[in-house]
Amino acid sequence: MTTTYVLRGVRPLGGDPADVVLAGGVIADVAAPGAASVTDRDAAGAPVDVVEIDATDHVLLPGLVDLHTHLREPGREDAETVASGTRAAAAGGFTAVHAMANTSPVADTAGVVEQVWRLGQEAGWVDVHPIGAVTVGLGGERLAELGAMADSAARVRVFSDDGKCVHDPILMRRALEYVKAFDGVVAQHAQEPRLTEGAQMNEGVVSAEIGLAGWPAVAEEAIIARDVLLAEHVGSRLHVCHLSTAGSVEIVRWAKGRGIDVTAEVTPHHLILTDDLARTYDPTYKVNPPLRTAADVEAVRAGLADGTIDIVATDHAPHTREDKDCEWGAAAFGMTGLETALAVVQDTMVDTGRMTWSDVARVLSSAPARIGRIDTGAAPQGRPLEVGEPANVVLVDPSATRTVDARAQATASGNTPFAGRELPGRVVATFLRGRATVLDGAPVAAPAGSSAGAPTRGGHR
Amino acid sequence: MSTGTGMPGTPEGTTVLGASDVARALTRIAHEIVERAKGAQDVVLLGIPTRGVTLAVRLAERLAAIDPAFDPARDVGELDVTMYRDDLRRQPTRAVGVTRLPEAGIEGKTVVLVDDVLYSGRTIRAALDAIGDLGRPRAVRLAALVDRGHRELPIRPDFVGKNLPTATSESVRVRLAEVDGEDAVVISGRAADAPGAAERGEATR
Amino acid sequence: MKHLLSTADLSKDDALLLLDTSAQMAATQSREIKKLPTLRGRTVVNLFYEDSTRTRISFETAAKRLSADVINFSAKGSSVSKGESLKDTALTLHAMGADAVVVRHWASGAPAQLAHAGWLDAAVLNAGDGTHMHPTQALLDAFTIRRHLVGLRGGGADRDGVGSDLAGLKVAIVGDVLHSRVARANVRLLHTLGAQVTLVSPPTLLPVGVEAWPCRTSYDLDATLADWQPDAVMMLRVQRERMSGGSGAFFPSPLEYTRYFGLDGRRLALLPEHAIVLHPGPMNRGLEISAEAADSDRAVIVEQVANGVAVRMAALYLLLAHTEAAHTEGTSL
Repeated sequence: MTTTYVLRGVRPLGGDPADVVLAGGVIADVAAPGAASVTDRDAAGAPVDVVEIDATDHVLLPGLVDLHTHLREPGREDAETVASGTRAAAAGGFTAVHAMANTSPVADTAGVVEQVWRLGQEAGWVDVHPIGAVTVGLGGERLAELGAMADSAARVRVFSDDGKCVHDPILMRRALEYVKAFDGVVAQHAQEPRLTEGAQMNEGVVSAEIGLAGWPAVAEEAIIARDVLLAEHVGSRLHVCHLSTAGSVEIVRWAKGRGIDVTAEVTPHHLILTDDLARTYDPTYKVNPPLRTAADVEAVRAGLADGTIDIVATDHAPHTREDKDCEWGAAAFGMTGLETALAVVQDTMVDTGRMTWSDVARVLSSAPARIGRIDTGAAPQGRPLEVGEPANVVLVDPSATRTVDARAQATASGNTPFAGRELPGRVVATFLRGRATVLDGAPVAAPAGSSAGAPTRGGHR
Repeated sequence: MSTGTGMPGTPEGTTVLGASDVARALTRIAHEIVERAKGAQDVVLLGIPTRGVTLAVRLAERLAAIDPAFDPARDVGELDVTMYRDDLRRQPTRAVGVTRLPEAGIEGKTVVLVDDVLYSGRTIRAALDAIGDLGRPRAVRLAALVDRGHRELPIRPDFVGKNLPTATSESVRVRLAEVDGEDAVVISGRAADAPGAAERGEATR
Repeated sequence: MKHLLSTADLSKDDALLLLDTSAQMAATQSREIKKLPTLRGRTVVNLFYEDSTRTRISFETAAKRLSADVINFSAKGSSVSKGESLKDTALTLHAMGADAVVVRHWASGAPAQLAHAGWLDAAVLNAGDGTHMHPTQALLDAFTIRRHLVGLRGGGADRDGVGSDLAGLKVAIVGDVLHSRVARANVRLLHTLGAQVTLVSPPTLLPVGVEAWPCRTSYDLDATLADWQPDAVMMLRVQRERMSGGSGAFFPSPLEYTRYFGLDGRRLALLPEHAIVLHPGPMNRGLEISAEAADSDRAVIVEQVANGVAVRMAALYLLLAHTEAAHTEGTSL
């Protein structure tokens, strides 16, 4: 029996209260409070469960879409699996994630991307859209079979060597040109490799004092500047991953002013954390790109508010304890983010009055879906909250607060930089095409996976 | 850390020795030292900081007056025993003081250790160990202005200014003009005296 | 005092207590019997992730002179995946009952992690971490400077300058500041003690962000020596690998480095009469310092080594010779 959900008194995009009905996998009705029409029969006349949810003062957003997630499978299932990572995504309000290519083996063939895509389907928590590697083995030397990945069942449209930079300019030019054939996009990890050899943290006052090798802002900005000019020259679209410096924001702003087809993302952690945290030598704060200065944080907030930065993407990067419980210099780069992203955006952008909930829906749902080209097709994401659209929605209680507990998270890894920190807002419920993946703030025990008899995964948790 | 500096102001407790008592006691001790050593020519004084050093300087003046063979500039030193104490792990950090041997050295000499209050004997035990590392005197004697009893080691003084029977709950403080602005020996902790005085570390013994 | 991790954590009183205690320790080291019973029954572990025979021997000597038991634990190897992790090593030392851990590590911050991660409750002494800090080196440098420029020269009663700070003294630190934990440790400590510091270095070897340090910087050694007239010149060791690396080398050639930043007899003559020359060792004679300068009577380099033992005795004494309850949990020296 299917379930119809009636969200009573909810505020779509933070607007006026309404009753929203999710039935048959779509948004079946949006009506004035108390005026929603609900039946206990589906279109074929079969009986359905009707669940009423008192959503007074809760905000309804379209299901969040992450353009930058590391699910670690295949290869590092000790840090995260597709199942555990997508469960964490659902808990964070996401209904779709793009899985980065730096797995082992690397997602540089149709076979690997189809495997990840299939694992996502089996898990059933969110739609998993694999990102394909730009170069074979992320080696930066020759193009991977981008066309084969685009034509595979996974229908890859985003290509990235994330973790490594496509630094060879001619290779980058070729990639930008080649993906035009199937409306793809290259998502660049902007890091000039020679300028960042051995680099451990942002280069500046703090690195000078605490003696960790510096990672200059120019190593990011020089690549972004080169790439926007390349994109302009060949008429391609370019996506800039996790930009982190004031200079990067300026370059993207300039490029957009020139009409260059560039989009840019910022991570939640770069919206709130600074390199001062490195003083603790706690490798939880070691991340690529590194945490920057307070001036950079202000610049990325301003860039997100004025649209220079198109989206927030988590760069959720789970790591095992052994990869973080060690010397800073030996620790892995990265921090988790799926379950805290919305809260950080609310804290830094909404509660400060710099963005509306409608803006949040844009930067965390419609824009990333559009960049990933998953806003159309058989299972579109990032759609408006309108009758007839797929019921991919997230119900948020913005007045709640919570203290982040790393062990209570759904991700298999504990490397959240927000442990012990109080953050605003709470994801109350997440719906994937009308099916609840999260209810009462907790992942639904057994998500009705889209394929019956899917193997149980993630037994290590 | 506690460094045994004096507490200015009116001392709490009962004054048992005044300035003239202290002076008389030191003069008597000086005579006893000369008598016992049959002259002062091979005697050197080693004061134990802080007040033992002051007392050693005063004794030196008296020794020189009795026997010109004693030279205060040559025959007086100070011995810090901090690094030989057996109670370092029971106390807050102690500052290490100065050890300055007499110019004449201690080899073959009669060393008179000078301390203000003799109590458990542990400070003297530490001093004997320290002396052992510094040389081999012919003999080591002990002079104390006050012996308040309650020895925890088989140590006894050779020269005492005043025997003061006390309870362990009491504290005895020697106050000297050079350090504390006046000469006096004060007992506190008797019945209604201020609590906590016994815990002030080196300043009280 | 629970740990000695960074000179940036030292108040002026802390620093003076360390230096004054060092003076008393140094006095014991001229005696026939140098050994003191102070730390009998306590265990000091030398945990060295990097080779440094000099520093290890200095700490070992200091601990033994105080009668502590010394265990040398060489954990060389740059990858945690290849050997025991820092955490497991710490847990092992904890189980062995170490009272103090002297740690030398290639990773900046490793001693701070050892002290604060909750893996062990021993006192942690930083014996040099990455390019971050080397507090006992800075303390022995300050001790040596104070002894020569305040104590002996001051003509006062105390030849070690006990009780005095370094106010008014000018110290030039010359060489590879970027990679130098000695420079970082010295800038903080000398500033705390009231001295003025000028860092002299090619621009490639000054860190971005140095402008926030409490010191001046210069690219010109001749001008600094002739015009600023430092009371002490500290030459930093130039690592040979900084000259290689092709396009990533920090200066064109050893010859050019020596020409602009080497201390030789001619530059020595620019200094005031009383000025002293320091070097943390080991020296590259002919590169950052000429044999003439190294062997001149202004060089106090050999004395630095002797003072190193006294300073490390003082640090061990102040960290270990008190009750557990005598320090506040979490505070560092």
